[in-house]
Amino acid sequence: MDERPRRSFWEIMNDIDRRIIFVILFVVVAIPLVLKVGGTIPPTAPVEGAHEAVESLEAGDYLMVSIDFDATSAPELMPMLRSVLRQAFAKDVKVIMLGHIAIGLPLGHMALEQVAAEYDAEYGVDYVDLGYRPGYIAVMIAMGREIEDIFRTDYQGTSIREMPITADVHSYADIDLLFGFEHGAVIDYWVRYAQARFDQRMAFGTTAVMAPDAYPYLQSGQIEGLVGGLKGAAEYETLIGQPGLGTRGMPAQEWGHLLVIGFIVLGNLGYFFTRGKQRKPAA
Amino acid sequence: MRRAVPLAITFLTGLFLVVSFFIPHRPFGELEQRLLVWFAIVAGFTMLLGVDNLIRSHARKITRTSEGWGHSVVLLVGLVATVVVGVIGRVQFGSPFHLQSPFMFIYSYTIVPLQATMFALLAFFIASASYRAFRARNWVATLLLVSAVIVMLGRIPIGAAMSEFFPWMQEWIMTVPQLAAKRGIQIGAALGAVSMSLRIILGIERSYLS
Repeated sequence: MDERPRRSFWEIMNDIDRRIIFVILFVVVAIPLVLKVGGTIPPTAPVEGAHEAVESLEAGDYLMVSIDFDATSAPELMPMLRSVLRQAFAKDVKVIMLGHIAIGLPLGHMALEQVAAEYDAEYGVDYVDLGYRPGYIAVMIAMGREIEDIFRTDYQGTSIREMPITADVHSYADIDLLFGFEHGAVIDYWVRYAQARFDQRMAFGTTAVMAPDAYPYLQSGQIEGLVGGLKGAAEYETLIGQPGLGTRGMPAQEWGHLLVIGFIVLGNLGYFFTRGKQRKPAA
Repeated sequence: MRRAVPLAITFLTGLFLVVSFFIPHRPFGELEQRLLVWFAIVAGFTMLLGVDNLIRSHARKITRTSEGWGHSVVLLVGLVATVVVGVIGRVQFGSPFHLQSPFMFIYSYTIVPLQATMFALLAFFIASASYRAFRARNWVATLLLVSAVIVMLGRIPIGAAMSEFFPWMQEWIMTVPQLAAKRGIQIGAALGAVSMSLRIILGIERSYLS
């Protein structure tokens, strides 16, 4: 009878079946999401910088919001987008939305309409969605001279000159702050073309994996704040005093991180205790 | 002549855009703006080329009944259906992106969940890959392993509850060694981009002509 040799505990730990990892991760992430547990997350300096940048705006100032992500990054970026919009509408700041990821812009539009309704904001007066135009580098540079050259109309086809909110908006000189929500390299182009060339004030919300790419701009002072990943979103919700999906998602992320660390430790212990065995030549 | 004319256009356009960056006044600024608008229009047409290519490639798969041709049928039906509901939304609500339009229904209940599901699968693969890849096989791997664990702990509340060291160290890793490496990569990439741009403007790099 062909019997497989019994593996020791550490040999099993050194080579756990990935399906077991998948099932345990699913359970560990799902339970906190279902139970809706979670507390407030204390803010860090980069997130405070972003919050202060929006806070520095006064009623009637212009906030340009750029939607540069799609559904793949929505769990991280949508909570921070809603928080920034709530903060802006609460201060009667005018919001101009546009985007460089065509498939993601409707997400931004939905969030904009949802938050605008919470504050009884009026389309065309308090906020506008300019939509998407291809060729983001050209769009960014051209907006430095005349926004109407690129966006003659909003997403519905209404002339931007016919709407009170954009009637006198011509270039970055009229935009008090740009807040980009990024899941890719568009952040680099915003900094290179809108900040470096036109001195546009800006802050960003990024996915956690993109945050390291934005740190050089934060340290150089080219961007005023950075909201990184779900943790950043939760911190922003703490700052505006309105816990939302960011705060609710943090326990799942927390337990997910702990589980991965646990697996890494087990894997290394398994590797360490079975290393001698692996080195032995086959009998 | 067939090579000289495109090379001359590239040289003059490149030179003009460099000059207009430093002298944004008349006539350079206005002409640059005109070129940027043309660029946006041309970029729009590249989307049409993409759609054309997509339709041709999948239609070919269907007519030849190649492996997975059924998926191509689903893709083309989805493409046509999305365009049709987009047009209906435009006629009915003035824009396909109106929250009540059928296009937004397809977007919210098909495109978004599909994209989110695909990306969510990454969490499982990352967990499995971290378990297998982060092994202390040598000192470099150990350094990577320890850094990864500190960053993961530093970014969750329980890490701060265990010790203030984790968030502090996480911030240090992000703002010092990580930043130095990232800046080095960015400077290298920027120099590479400048070098490549010069090669194209001066006609040394001509692969785009072939």
